[in-house]
Amino acid sequence: MARTLSAPVTVAFDYTRSTGPVLGRFLTGLRDGKVLGGRTSEGRVVVPPPEFDPVTHAAIDEFVEVAPTGTVTSWTWVPEPVKDQPFDRPFAFALVTLDGADAPLLHALDVTAPDQVSTGMRVRVRWADERVGAITDIACFEPVVGLDGVESDDPGPDRARPQPRNEAATERSRPTDVSGVVTPVSLDYLYAASPEESAFYRGLNEGRILGQRCPSCQKVYVPPRSACPSDGTPTAEEVEVSQTGTITTFCIVNVPFLGQKITPPYVSAYVLLDGADIAVLHLILGVEASEVRMGMRVEAVWKPEEEWQYSLENIDHFEPTGEPDADYESYRHHL
Amino acid sequence: MRDVAVVGFAQRQMEVFDGSPTCVELLVPLFAECYEQTGWTRRDIGFWCSGSSDYLAGRSFSFVSAVDAIGVIPPVNESHVEMDLAWAMYEAWLKIQTGEVDTALVYAFGKASASVLRRSLALQLDPYTMTPLWPDTVSLAGLQARAGIDAGVWDERAMAEVANRSLTDAEKNEYAIRKGGSSVEELLSRPVYADPLRKHDCSPVTDGAAAIVLAAGDQAREVRDRPAWIEGLAHNIDPISIGTRDLTRAPSAARAAAAVDLDGVELAELHAPFSHQELILRRELGLADDVRVNPSGGALTGNPMFSGGGIRIGEAASRIWSGEVGRAVAHATSGPALQQNLVCVLGSTTEGASN
Amino acid sequence: MAKQPAAVVGVGQTHHRAKREDVSMAGLCREAIDRALLDANLTLDEIDAIVVGKAPDLFEGVMMPELFLADALGAAGKPLLRVHTAGSVGGSTAIVASSLVQAGVHKRVLTVAFEKQSESNAMWALSVPLPFNMPVHAGAGGYFAPHVRSYIRRSEAPTHVGAIVAAKDRQNALKNPYAHLKNPDTTVESVLASQMLWDPIRYDETCPSSDGACALVIVDEDTAAASPNPAWIHGTVMRSEATTAAERDQVNPQASRDAAAVLWKQAGITNPIEEIDAAEIYVPFSWFEPMWLESLGFAEANGGGWRLTESGATAMDGRLPVNCSGGVLSSNPIGASGMLRFGEAALQVRGAAGEHQVDGARRALGHAYGGGSQFFAMWVVGSEKPSN
Repeated sequence: MARTLSAPVTVAFDYTRSTGPVLGRFLTGLRDGKVLGGRTSEGRVVVPPPEFDPVTHAAIDEFVEVAPTGTVTSWTWVPEPVKDQPFDRPFAFALVTLDGADAPLLHALDVTAPDQVSTGMRVRVRWADERVGAITDIACFEPVVGLDGVESDDPGPDRARPQPRNEAATERSRPTDVSGVVTPVSLDYLYAASPEESAFYRGLNEGRILGQRCPSCQKVYVPPRSACPSDGTPTAEEVEVSQTGTITTFCIVNVPFLGQKITPPYVSAYVLLDGADIAVLHLILGVEASEVRMGMRVEAVWKPEEEWQYSLENIDHFEPTGEPDADYESYRHHL
Repeated sequence: MRDVAVVGFAQRQMEVFDGSPTCVELLVPLFAECYEQTGWTRRDIGFWCSGSSDYLAGRSFSFVSAVDAIGVIPPVNESHVEMDLAWAMYEAWLKIQTGEVDTALVYAFGKASASVLRRSLALQLDPYTMTPLWPDTVSLAGLQARAGIDAGVWDERAMAEVANRSLTDAEKNEYAIRKGGSSVEELLSRPVYADPLRKHDCSPVTDGAAAIVLAAGDQAREVRDRPAWIEGLAHNIDPISIGTRDLTRAPSAARAAAAVDLDGVELAELHAPFSHQELILRRELGLADDVRVNPSGGALTGNPMFSGGGIRIGEAASRIWSGEVGRAVAHATSGPALQQNLVCVLGSTTEGASN
Repeated sequence: MAKQPAAVVGVGQTHHRAKREDVSMAGLCREAIDRALLDANLTLDEIDAIVVGKAPDLFEGVMMPELFLADALGAAGKPLLRVHTAGSVGGSTAIVASSLVQAGVHKRVLTVAFEKQSESNAMWALSVPLPFNMPVHAGAGGYFAPHVRSYIRRSEAPTHVGAIVAAKDRQNALKNPYAHLKNPDTTVESVLASQMLWDPIRYDETCPSSDGACALVIVDEDTAAASPNPAWIHGTVMRSEATTAAERDQVNPQASRDAAAVLWKQAGITNPIEEIDAAEIYVPFSWFEPMWLESLGFAEANGGGWRLTESGATAMDGRLPVNCSGGVLSSNPIGASGMLRFGEAALQVRGAAGEHQVDGARRALGHAYGGGSQFFAMWVVGSEKPSN
């Protein structure tokens, strides 16, 4: 048996970023097939434009279109790409100083072996098929084959650099400027429980509620912790607590929210199990929400055994035992 | 300024910690070691400060339950930085300097193996124009290493020399998770991984935790015959932009170094997660050739996230306590490609007076 | 060794809104910073160090965002610290910034705290489902509502007291040009008529989710001499305890009581309700006003708090005006909410709170708490330089 329980978990959200005027201008440019730099107070053209001038700290307000071609100033090989990088096979990341810019831009370079890339090589932007106003509108850089910087390179269908456009017409038909960008962030973790939590979850998988007693203060913690929070002592002595307890306090949930599994109203309560010195938060069902009281005696109602996992969810809910309410004095120091 | 010394230090480093990312389990024995070293109990600690990262743990408020390891009845004077242990120590040093407290225990923890670390750290970059490309830590270091090679500031041999010395020294460090030097030639004969980096140029993904104890004046003298007095402590940050920085330099490290007195330093523990970064740091700190660098093996042989920088301070302090050296400098870094840097000068006497 | 005197000479904040779609994270912070610097009559170049505070990084999806923000905040080439102590962080951050001056390390420190909650969803960020753990089944207010019920039981409070707080703070917010919620029609009756979300907490008794930032400029004695109205720091305190522990008092936590006792002692205050002229207390759910009034020693435990609130003493013209700015109930950029309390307290003693100024306020409390009522940060600021 492994020392601890572990399971994968993905933490993912599509962040909705507002860009502010400077980054908005840059991303609008990308959407429209242009790379814009910002001119700093020292006269440098920087891509992407910094939002604020590094010297005067004023917002950058002068923008300069730079060429989609440039020179590699540094690069690194990416032998084992990680999820969501521009390529899912080996490639290079490169710093590319675009013609007309004074500082390089970081992006991927479409090469398939390290010997295809070198500092000083000429590259150009390969635009994404669909441009939405994001840094990924630049799909990557690609080597400029042939003579350095020659404009007559065959652009090819999927490597088209923006063609000369009728700016006035484009202006009219153009959607509004980019002011926001959606950035998906998804991280995969292997989540592990502590050894004490693992014992607790394993107990639940056997229909038991296990706590541990602190050797210093004698309090029984459910779930057990790696250290007693009162005095920092690791708890060790395993204690099985009762499946019956007292509602110390509670709230009635009336509001629907994302991911909710039960139709409101229902009660979320702190249940102080007999034999434990700390309450667990759980659901109270089997009684009208309006009938739930502080001091009410309740017992665990388990899910069918075949649904059990390593989780407190094995206890579907708590419901009243019908015993008389506990005396306030018996639990007031647990509020 | 008050005389403040490092008087306690404990650490754990491992390839994979199989416990909870809250790391309470790791912290309890570290605190016990600190109490043993100082003869104190938790009630003798005036201030606590920790360093950790929610994104490393994969959950919000991941530091909250760490106080269980302290035991917080009665409640404690406590703070937390989303930074490395070295900066948690800085906050505690400030607290002592205000006169509010005389002692502090600072700690940090991180379970780097819980996710793909080099990818997770892409979340430190500009969220609008960089993170969507997921530039990983190793790639950013590769760009930096290449910049130095191209500029002739260092070469692959110099990087291999750093790695070989580190791996050799790590043989004497029970906590190092990568060890075993060979020769520069042998290291150079190994395959290039993330060109121009070889695997031994990159610090290993490391889980772990560490704790440091600070004490002022006589309280420090009561704990140790040779407390490691903090003679100088300064930190500084550069812009994150990889494009506008000269990647072969770390101006913030130089600024931090300029704010302290490095004269007479015999030993340096430099937090260089990539071999070429040690070369940058030696230059920015202006270390003479006879300064012993990273006798612990350094971050190349074990780099627990959020305690890797503070461990450098603890390692340097240990060598003051033992009498091995009289003056040492420790350094910590944070952010991509040496963006943020802290320098701490430790000495065996209070002669050097704090900066 | 005594702390070096330190004073707030600049306070800046953003217009707080549900979504500040017009600015980036840097732009949001700079809006507050630029106002604070203007107030302090200083420039970014004159600042020695910067301290950034923010609640969980999952809110914005950036790990340690102060790193990418360093340049925009004017921190490049300077020391930068990042504090994160859950909901109390805005207060803790101001205290860390103060300690840089009080320790004699720096003379002019800028501190900024922010949250751009509209980049994600706070509810999601705070309750990412973890394996083995029970999914949250009670929602955002579900954590605090049972403790409010405990307070009501313990203190035998009439159930409309929470509505008094909500109506008062929302009316106060009308006098604060930066406040997020501006509902002129809010009354005790309208709050009582609003939906019961997490019984006993009603919709109008909960804080909004805001984008916003707050910045303070904290300086040493010499620099403060140039300010017409410095807010001197008379005391600062931080105390922490566990989220849950056997027999922990979750209504009136010991860390809160301990912190208050230390704070009053530092500030030389023996009778808080007489000696504090305005209080900015972290009240994300209305009932926390009477709860904290008791815990802070403004009123007797187990009932003095609600009686004080019910009597009207905490209104702007009352004996102890509480949250004249509208408080967290009217603007809640989580990471900045604590610093807003600290900054509003400073505005009061500087006589700079505008329409929500308490006449002649000389000493004010700034208060923040976080986690499960377990992290506390507080300060007292005054119009006079402290004598202690």
